[in-house]
Amino acid sequence: MFKKTFAAVAAVAMTLTLAACSDDAEKPAPTDVTTTDTTSTETPLPERGDADLVIWADANRTAALEAPLKAWADANGIKAVVYTIATDLQANFVTANQAQNGPDIVIGAQDWTGKLVQNSAIVPVQISATGVAQSAIEAVSYGGQTYGAPYAIETLGLFANNTLTNVPAPATIEDMIAAAQAGGSAGVAENPLCLQVGTTGDAYHMQPFFTSGGGYIFGTNADGSYNTKDVGVGSEGGIAAAKKIAELGASGVLKTSIDGSNSTSLFNEGKCAYLVSGPWALAAMRDANVDFALSQIPGFAGMGPAVPPLGVQAFFVASNAKNPAYAQQFLTDLLKDTTITKAMNSVDARIPVQDALATELQSSDPVLMQFLDFAEHAAAMPNIPAMDAVWGPLGNAEASVVGGNDPTTAMTAAGNEISSAVNG
Amino acid sequence: MSDAPAETTATPSNGTLPRERNTGTLGLIGKVILLGAVLALAVYALPLLIEYELWMWLAVMIAATVGIFIIYSTKRFIPGKYLFPGTLLLSVFLVIPVVLTVGYSFTNFGDGSRGSKQETIDSIIVSSVQQTPDSKWYHMSVAVEDGDAAERGPYTLFLIAESDDSDTVMFGLDDSELAQWSGESPTIIDHTVTAVPGYQILTRAEINSNMARIQEVWIRIPGTEDASIKVQGFRAFEGRATMDYDSENDRFVRNDGTVYPLQLVGDSYCYSDPTDSSQCYQGRSWLQNVGLRNYTKLLTDSNIRGQFLGAFSWTLVFALGSVALTFIVGFFLALTLNDERIKGKKLWRSFLLLPYAVPGMISLLIWSGFFNPQTNPFGWSIDWLADPTLAKIAVFIAQLWMGFPYMFIVCTGALQSIPADVKEAASIDGSSGLSTTFRIILPLLLVSVAPLLVASFAFNFNNFNAIQLLTQGGPVLEGQFTRGGTDILISMIYKRAFGGSGADFGFAASLSVLLFILTGVLAAFQFRITKKLEDMA
Repeated sequence: MFKKTFAAVAAVAMTLTLAACSDDAEKPAPTDVTTTDTTSTETPLPERGDADLVIWADANRTAALEAPLKAWADANGIKAVVYTIATDLQANFVTANQAQNGPDIVIGAQDWTGKLVQNSAIVPVQISATGVAQSAIEAVSYGGQTYGAPYAIETLGLFANNTLTNVPAPATIEDMIAAAQAGGSAGVAENPLCLQVGTTGDAYHMQPFFTSGGGYIFGTNADGSYNTKDVGVGSEGGIAAAKKIAELGASGVLKTSIDGSNSTSLFNEGKCAYLVSGPWALAAMRDANVDFALSQIPGFAGMGPAVPPLGVQAFFVASNAKNPAYAQQFLTDLLKDTTITKAMNSVDARIPVQDALATELQSSDPVLMQFLDFAEHAAAMPNIPAMDAVWGPLGNAEASVVGGNDPTTAMTAAGNEISSAVNG
Repeated sequence: MSDAPAETTATPSNGTLPRERNTGTLGLIGKVILLGAVLALAVYALPLLIEYELWMWLAVMIAATVGIFIIYSTKRFIPGKYLFPGTLLLSVFLVIPVVLTVGYSFTNFGDGSRGSKQETIDSIIVSSVQQTPDSKWYHMSVAVEDGDAAERGPYTLFLIAESDDSDTVMFGLDDSELAQWSGESPTIIDHTVTAVPGYQILTRAEINSNMARIQEVWIRIPGTEDASIKVQGFRAFEGRATMDYDSENDRFVRNDGTVYPLQLVGDSYCYSDPTDSSQCYQGRSWLQNVGLRNYTKLLTDSNIRGQFLGAFSWTLVFALGSVALTFIVGFFLALTLNDERIKGKKLWRSFLLLPYAVPGMISLLIWSGFFNPQTNPFGWSIDWLADPTLAKIAVFIAQLWMGFPYMFIVCTGALQSIPADVKEAASIDGSSGLSTTFRIILPLLLVSVAPLLVASFAFNFNNFNAIQLLTQGGPVLEGQFTRGGTDILISMIYKRAFGGSGADFGFAASLSVLLFILTGVLAAFQFRITKKLEDMA
């Protein structure tokens, strides 16, 4: 009995210390493992081996990067590898880098920038931005310094199943719901809309509705930087947005049972008339031969426009990189021309940041390039570390509102929670 | 613990001789091989541990190796030979983590405060390097004079501006000014210096592996005070650090004169932002001792305390409920299948064991799908996991499914060990079937099963997977952000330490320490109950 008790206690202590003490802290899964174990805190780190350049990325990007990376490495006469870190890439990278066991480069979203800088995990890079979207460079800049090489942007759009609705591009959310309820040639869908909420919320995917209703995350100072004192979640606008979201929850348009794991597949199976998702959903949708249309996410009738979040994917050089010279050289070569980015795009379609590649894709994949238009109406996710304190409570509050809790109470509490976490 | 057989197994009663006999040549060879393996492992690990500066583990390894040699190479320390492996594993896997957790609970360890103060200072300086407004980029070659080692330097940088088509070679040494090269004419291929008489040009691989030292080479740009050649990859540019550390006053000064003083922000010291002294500059602090502040926060912040107590009471309900439910069902099934009138007992018993044979992780994920109206195959429209009460019931259902076979096995075993004449005697005395079961069989059964119930309770008390894989602690409770409707203590602590809202290891460690104490107290309490039951028997 004591053995078991202590084993359990030890598990607690171990979980913490494994992450805590820098020597044993690394836990990501090796490249070819697709783990469903969300608690995989004990999976071993990928071996560095004798590679001259080690890159960590998520599964999508590993698949896309493998071939072009090999070509680049061969051209430079070195050995380069890319590993998939299936869960918590950011946290694993920070911890492993601190322990000198990390990679030379990590691929992540621009909203990591502040957090990675805060933890001294990355070093700035001076890159030539010729032919690269200025907004993408700004997204990976923090405190007046550029930290990464952006290679793709992504945002959300509205997919419509043409057999389940006759309105491919509704002008308002209300129109969208009406069209879904009217149905299409294949009848009425089980769910009017697939927008992943889950029991704990998904603030990223809810952002278009939240902004249309009048919500915002942080206010901005006169110089354009974020004012963390002005938290928009519990503000009047935030509460107004939550009330609209609550209405959608009450009428069954938004559901906590639709989450990241089933949202796209439900749409592909014809169980949703509309889907809010990004370019990453395209591949599966094409494989499933869904007759779909893509349009900009509408806002609520008579309210503000829906502003989807803009994400920028970038390569960052680790501060404790074992091969800093090759890493920096890779970042330079990445944006020098479109060799690498084009090869990546052919496997994992994203909106390119390079003008040259964008022009090229305009003709070969016009559907994908629609996202480029949406991106113009999108707002970059703030890249300050304070964002960490936002996604959780905001998502939680939205999920609880969808579930029927009082919007004012939920958003006020979330606003206070964020405010106290950010401002002490 | 397995120390008892030490003296008894090896020696027959007649004195000292036989022990000699037991250690034959084979035994000796085995011993040499094992000790050799230990030594080899230690020799292999030694440089690695030194390289990664894992001093504590180095000490543990040396102590363990020395211990193994002292204990196993001689004929003495017989009890030690048996106690040592257990003790070693106990200290490596239990004591050290516990000590580390307790240690971290007195620090601010978390995001922004992972490294040392020096690391933070260095990183602020490196991060502040900007290109000068009219900066040139250079093709860079790094060289050492003939006879110097590529790993050691001193390095000379040969630079050709990328904008310069005439290939003018510039050069610089550490602590010098960038100047035009006037020595013997270098070989230039593709705008890059590839050979200079008297010098050895480093290969790319050599530059890569000596980057840290090459980046320290400080070559001033003529006509400037503080701009220098900065190396990036295999190129270089003219840049300057815009933040300067003022070690005398322990503060940062930006080159426009802005001062970032050292200040206490929240629990930690850091260089505060001049525009907002309540914030650390870029959120950067460093690992430091905060005394009891994590504990005072835990005990005084009514919100945190409320969440902790809420999670604690649900943890108790969850653990007790899981044990009670699985036991009742398991006991009932065992009782039924123990009756002689049932046909095909073996088959039934095998069927009932199936849920136990499926890995828990898979069962939990399947159940999580069942409880979701979008994915369940039965067409339920109830969203179990969205409502705090239903979610709790869902947790119990899954727990029951996964746990009853265990109780079933245990009860079946215990039932079969109860002699048949006890039942016979009861029925002769006129006891009914029901009262025989509850007054005679159950108490007898509990004597042997109770310790297992207690163990099962303790296991469920920290059954992280059962919650995380089924509900992830959800649904959200109104106005609460660390604890969800089904979060038990351990899953709440996990969220706090690794959850979305930033790592807060120090505080999570203090929660763990509290949980450790709680579990210890509970264990002691359970121990007493078990003892009472044993006394009863």
